[in-house]
Amino acid sequence: MDIKDIIKEENLVYKKTDCMTDNVLSYCPGCGHGVIHRLCMEVVDEMDIVADTIGVASVGCSVLAYDFMNIDMTGVPHGRAPAVATGIKRTWPDKFVFTYQGDGDLAAIGTAETIHACNRGENITIIFVNNGIYGMTGGQMAPTTLPGMKSSTTPYGREIALMGNPIKMTELVAELPGTYYVTRQAVHTPALVRKAKKAIRTAFENQKLKKGLSLVEVVSNCNSGWKMTPVQSNQWLEENMLPFYPLGDIKVEGKKVK
Amino acid sequence: MNEEIIIAGFGGQGVLSMGKILAYSGIMQNMEVSWMPSYGPEMRGGTANVTVILSDDRISSPILNQYDTAIILNQQSLDKFESRVKKGGLLIYDTNGITRHPERKDIRIFQVEATREAARMGAARAFNMIVLGAYLKVQPVVKIDNVSRGLEKSLPQRHHHLIPMNLEGLKRGMQIVKEA
Amino acid sequence: MGELRLMKGNEAIAEAAIRAGADAYFGYPITPQSEVMEYLAQEEPHKRTGMVLLQAESELAAINMVYGAASTGKKVMTSSSSPGISLMMEGISYLAGSELPCVIANIVRGGPGLGTIQPSQADYFQATKGGGHGDYRLIVLAPSSVQEMSDFVKLGFELAFKYRMPVMILSDGLIGQMMEKVELFDQMPRATEFDQSWATTGKTPDRERNIITSLDLDPNGMEKHNLDLQEKYKKVVASEVRYELIDCEDADYLYVAYGSSARICQKAIRMGREEGIKIGLIRPITLFPFPYDIIGEYAKKVKGILSVELSAGQMIEDVRLAVGTTIPALHFGRMGGVIHSPEEVLEGLKKAFLK
Repeated sequence: MDIKDIIKEENLVYKKTDCMTDNVLSYCPGCGHGVIHRLCMEVVDEMDIVADTIGVASVGCSVLAYDFMNIDMTGVPHGRAPAVATGIKRTWPDKFVFTYQGDGDLAAIGTAETIHACNRGENITIIFVNNGIYGMTGGQMAPTTLPGMKSSTTPYGREIALMGNPIKMTELVAELPGTYYVTRQAVHTPALVRKAKKAIRTAFENQKLKKGLSLVEVVSNCNSGWKMTPVQSNQWLEENMLPFYPLGDIKVEGKKVK
Repeated sequence: MNEEIIIAGFGGQGVLSMGKILAYSGIMQNMEVSWMPSYGPEMRGGTANVTVILSDDRISSPILNQYDTAIILNQQSLDKFESRVKKGGLLIYDTNGITRHPERKDIRIFQVEATREAARMGAARAFNMIVLGAYLKVQPVVKIDNVSRGLEKSLPQRHHHLIPMNLEGLKRGMQIVKEA
Repeated sequence: MGELRLMKGNEAIAEAAIRAGADAYFGYPITPQSEVMEYLAQEEPHKRTGMVLLQAESELAAINMVYGAASTGKKVMTSSSSPGISLMMEGISYLAGSELPCVIANIVRGGPGLGTIQPSQADYFQATKGGGHGDYRLIVLAPSSVQEMSDFVKLGFELAFKYRMPVMILSDGLIGQMMEKVELFDQMPRATEFDQSWATTGKTPDRERNIITSLDLDPNGMEKHNLDLQEKYKKVVASEVRYELIDCEDADYLYVAYGSSARICQKAIRMGREEGIKIGLIRPITLFPFPYDIIGEYAKKVKGILSVELSAGQMIEDVRLAVGTTIPALHFGRMGGVIHSPEEVLEGLKKAFLK
């Protein structure tokens, strides 16, 4: 049987959302970004809000997010996505505005913009992908790199005395009065993917309430930067990342739950 | 008509607002005006000053070195600006606190005892209007009607009840100004 | 005739922003331009026109809020002063690269570094030659009166949308802090007739998605983008040069000066003419595009040109490009926040050409 005989309407079990383009993802095979992109776009599709959604792509691996997300998007300077999103949302208060940022972008160079957008309670959604490393530039230490974790700028492991502590940005912004929903998710198992999608949906739905900012952290892998196979990287994530960055809701409907 | 004025004294004497009222009065009279607060080296020394220019033509530099008129409200300002009045120009000063009086012979010099008069009126805030009245008596560059309209424009609505007191100050200043 | 008011230059910018139908102002306090945001806050523009006003956490955030609103086709502006503008330069390069319209007012103060809060014109290079990274230009308007502070906000938005590029109003603390008579233009609607089909406002079924970006990883694509930008700048150079000639007709010597220095030069011209020295002034109104041609023409008629700037000599480089080598073109100017007096400027001309 030829493969063409299988690709038929009646055999269809899953269809990519139209909110993703047909472009081949530029991410490394095994990377979590593709799944997280898809979840965001499925939510936009299912909520039927394409005409009212404006995405903000940051600098990092996801710098080309607009090549894959089939919606109106703006690419912005490194770290400034929450400020750009603020500018959009303030002038279009009824649109759905989200940023898609990595840990270097959100938790290092963009710390001020993140903190202040959260604290002002901008009615936007921040998708924060945390893989503990600078992926795009070749695996340097990120603000979220774990103690002892190796990277190209911590070749002998992150030594806290020399390089400082990793930052738990999500717990930090949950303390701010302007955040309405703060949660930490992951996408390396099917069950977690489903949970993450629900969280992203909530974060988008919340924009209608105009009660503050929703931030969804997704703990993800970087098999290339971590120098592992995809399967190894998911195991490593489970064993090392999650104990330090535990999954679950931190703040729901403006109240801390953890 | 082109009148270049420096008003100089201590901060808090209403120097800047006097300049503003004068400038607004000029606008009411269809003149070109500029108001330039202390800038450059003049800022040092705790004094406040403002350059006001009233002109029938387009105004060139808002920053000047020499003036047609100097309105002087303390000793430091007198020391600084006496020499910068143009030959044949005008210097008006409040004698209060002045230990060294102006000495030039090639300019017209007038005194106004505005501090004492304001105390007599029981209206310290009328001080700068007394000085302005003295100036306008000697150099009637704008009509009193237009000062009144200028006051309305430059004072916020909530201060409009102070306008009669200000106009009274203006009148007193016109009465008490005298050649030195 | 429009409404007449006595206003500070900074206040005139703010009032003009509301009247020009701006959708938003994002800024961060810095002397000597904080009156812009203070005036807006007092006016409550959200009540007057629905205009958004937000004090950002930094100039970085402010310019990126501008970037966000501009990317959706909104009429948006910010203002700052030299150190703040330096911080904004990253964002300004992105705005230029992404071809977004906006108005940025720089109320220049003396530098370098933290410098001083007094007026200066030492940001000429930064404003006219790019300032941030990459090959780009801003349209640079140089008001020399409070009236022009107001008028150039309106003009700035028109040019910004016409060419889809940032426009900078390059002024200084002298024009910003002084009060003059202003005739205010009437309230305009919060809309623009320029094409906005490029804006990211949410993809509707009737069109392809819009992407705003300055990134192209393919160097050939990036070169093409650069060539397109240069083509646009050529159009700006061909059609948007603005200047004013004052007393040039019979002049033997010329000042070239913009903004506050142009005002001071006008006084020096009167004083010089009283002494029998025939001086004129070419006042560039647009610093990019620079009025090379008119300066070149007058270079054939006069004996010397003095470029007067509150700087160590920046615009003089453009003046020399215009003049060539036939007559002397020299610089005069004080620095670091010291303002030259009309007397000094006249003396500067005498020293340069008559002694």
